Amino acid sequence: MTDQAYNFAYLDEQTKRMIRRALLKALAIPGYQVPFASREMPMPYGWGTGGVQVTAACLTPDDRLKVIDQGADDTTNAVSIRRFFQRTAGVETTERTTDATVIQTRHRIPEQPLSEGQILVYQVPIPEPLRFLEPRETETRKMHELEEYGLMHVKLYEDIARHGEIATAYAYPVRVEGRYVMDPSPIPKFDNPKLAGNPAIQLFGAGREARIYAVPPYSDVVSLDFEDHPFIASKADHACDLCGSAGSYLDEVITDDRGTRMFVCSDTDFCASRQAQGHRGRLSPQGATP
Amino acid sequence: MTLMQNAITAAPLLSVQGLTKRYGARIGCMGVGFDLYPGEVLGIVGESGSGKSTLLSCLAGHQRPDEGRILFDGADVLAFSEAERRRLLRGDWAYVHQNPRDGLRMGVSAGGNVGERLMAVGARNYAAIRETATDWLGRVEIAADRIDDRPSAFSGGMQQRLQIARNLVTGPRLVFMDEPTGGLDVSVQARLLDLLRGLVRDLGLSVVIVTHDLAVVRLLADRLMVMKSGRVVECGLTDQVLDDPQHAYTQLLVSSVLQV
Repeated sequence: MTDQAYNFAYLDEQTKRMIRRALLKALAIPGYQVPFASREMPMPYGWGTGGVQVTAACLTPDDRLKVIDQGADDTTNAVSIRRFFQRTAGVETTERTTDATVIQTRHRIPEQPLSEGQILVYQVPIPEPLRFLEPRETETRKMHELEEYGLMHVKLYEDIARHGEIATAYAYPVRVEGRYVMDPSPIPKFDNPKLAGNPAIQLFGAGREARIYAVPPYSDVVSLDFEDHPFIASKADHACDLCGSAGSYLDEVITDDRGTRMFVCSDTDFCASRQAQGHRGRLSPQGATP
Repeated sequence: MTLMQNAITAAPLLSVQGLTKRYGARIGCMGVGFDLYPGEVLGIVGESGSGKSTLLSCLAGHQRPDEGRILFDGADVLAFSEAERRRLLRGDWAYVHQNPRDGLRMGVSAGGNVGERLMAVGARNYAAIRETATDWLGRVEIAADRIDDRPSAFSGGMQQRLQIARNLVTGPRLVFMDEPTGGLDVSVQARLLDLLRGLVRDLGLSVVIVTHDLAVVRLLADRLMVMKSGRVVECGLTDQVLDDPQHAYTQLLVSSVLQV
């Protein structure tokens, strides 16, 4: 039931207009961080205030919204944001990736390939990929302006020097359309290849840092690497213990205090729909039918 | 001998004319001009506040002078765009800071520090970067097994040598040095000077070195400029200026050096 005390999707129309202008600019300059007047939202910073504002600016009454947190539809962050928009916008919600028109995500890209017309909204904690190497904002802006991205490779060099391989496993830096180096938000690097050539619109919102950026459909997105240490989209070397999928990103779950563990798909919708199709994993109940 | 031939035949690498920098009503440096030829080392000496650091930061592009021209290889550096200027700063030019902490990334390993300039100009092969870094650490007398240590684990002298390696790795043609031996004890200073002298000679570098230490310029510099109150009061061949100072201030400077 929509709460009539709020404007549609919580934000007032002028604010949504301002955010849409930033979104259009971000889409026009792929990977470029557009500053916007981020608002206080009724949730703490770090819980997706940027993503929520972008979603609010994109939603129409006809949209079907899906919210995931680390791939799951049923975790605190996902549930509370979904309920927030049910209450303030009254839009339909779904857990099925294929049915959704707008998907707000924290740190995953759904396993199910997205299609044209879908919008994927990322929650971003720190939008600046160069931040931990160069603390000055004036300097990082200058580096983006002049395409001075050598420093990004210094980070990867340090990884190899210390760990023997590129140990950066999430928030792996990418270059968009051969121009801007971008932080893809803390998605696992397993998801990086899905950023490229994706038919969906990908929008990134960082609430605390007040930045919006975007990857338009079918964009060229390349993960940075060295010639002799190429990028590898790694995942745990197992199959899902519930649906048996060998190609999906897995969460490791500790099941007792003796080191027993199981691996399950982090994308709950993907795992559930595979189980519904009759796929079975190592720990699926024997002979049970879903 | 080659030095002399170079000086006669080649055009100046760096040519400075009427360089002036004011801080409000005060003068930073005033009407400074000189030519630096390929392979030549120019020393700039003077007391604190004489404008030598202002001059160096204007030359290296850290500050914009109010008047004057700086020609590098015949091109007007002050007319360069920001992008061209920064490309120069990480390619053909190098700047060695007095305090190595200003010139190094303290959170990045020695190898990463040396490799940064290579990666900035497009090196994308890890093994090749590492090999070059190891080679350069060797040239500045840092053991190869320290390549993955951070500069914070290095002594002051090692940090300074690392900074020099980091700057020279891309083969710059012109190096600016701001008191490179300041803050080091005398024995470390002597080794560093020895190293610098070898590198400058082997690589045929052109160097502008600012210092207040006459011993440093005696060892390194071919020519010397003495500054006082923002102006150049005397210049000439190093030995000539130091052994037969003409200007009263230079005489004072030379006679102030303690003899051991």
